[in-house]
Amino acid sequence: MKLDDAFGIHEHAVRLRTQRAEILAGNLANADTPGFKARDVDFAALLRRELPGDVRLAATRPGHIGNDTRGVSAHQLMYRNPQQASLDGNTVDAVREQVEFSANAMQYQASLRFLEGKLRSLLTAIKGD
Amino acid sequence: MSSFKVFDIASSGMSAQNLRMNLVASNLANVDAVSSSTEATYRSRQPVFRTVLDAQQPDGATAGVQMAGVVESPAPLNRDYAPHHPMADEEGYIYRPNVNPMEEMANMISASRSYQNNVEVINSARQMLAALINLGR
Repeated sequence: MKLDDAFGIHEHAVRLRTQRAEILAGNLANADTPGFKARDVDFAALLRRELPGDVRLAATRPGHIGNDTRGVSAHQLMYRNPQQASLDGNTVDAVREQVEFSANAMQYQASLRFLEGKLRSLLTAIKGD
Repeated sequence: MSSFKVFDIASSGMSAQNLRMNLVASNLANVDAVSSSTEATYRSRQPVFRTVLDAQQPDGATAGVQMAGVVESPAPLNRDYAPHHPMADEEGYIYRPNVNPMEEMANMISASRSYQNNVEVINSARQMLAALINLGR
C-alpha cells in the first residue's frame, strides 16, 4: 500500500469542501450586489472525477485541453436556480446559502474526522502498541 | 491546497456592508439639513456594489465584493414654503434633502443582516481551519 493512497477519498473531499466553502462565501458576500448570480458546484460529480477509476485524456503539452485539472474549474461552476430572484438581477438567497455553507462546514469536519481515524490506525501500525 | 480565501471574501463583504452602513448613517444624520438652494442641499447617497473576480482566474470560483462607488439619489428634493425660515430664499422657499427615513431604516437592517452573515461565515471557516490544524494531534 502506498502512503498516498492511505487516506483514500477523504483527502480529495477535504480539498473540494474548502473550495466549495470559498464559492459559498462569495455568494454570501455578494448577497447585495446587483446582477450577481449565485454559483455552486455538483459536489458528487467533482468527487467522482478525483477517483482513480476515472479515465483521463493525456495532456502531454501545455496547450492540450485535458480533463486532468484537479479541483474546481470554471466549466464545473453552475448557477443556482433562484426560487425568487430580486429585481436587480441578484439570485442570492441568503438563507439558502447560509444553510449550504454550514452543511458544507459540517461535512468538511466529518471528512477530517475520517482522516483522523486513518492517521490513528497508521500510527498504531507504526508504533505497534 | 488553496490558501483558504474564505476569510478574504467574507472580509470584503463585511467592509462593503460597513461602508453601506456609514452611508445610511450619513443620510439619516442629514435628514433635516435645510438649505436655500437646490445645489447646496444634501442628496441621499447610495452605495453601488460590484463583484471582484480573481485576476488569475477571471471566470473562476472565488468572488469577493467591493464598493464600486457612491451615487446621489436623483429623486426630487422637497421644497417647502416657509418665508420666515432663516434659510429661505428670496421667494420664501426652503429645500429639504430627498432622504427617505423609512428606506434608510430598511437599508440599515439589510446591511446589518448581511454583515452578520459574513461574520458567521468567518466563524465557521475559523472552526474548519482550527480542526484542520489539530488534525492528528
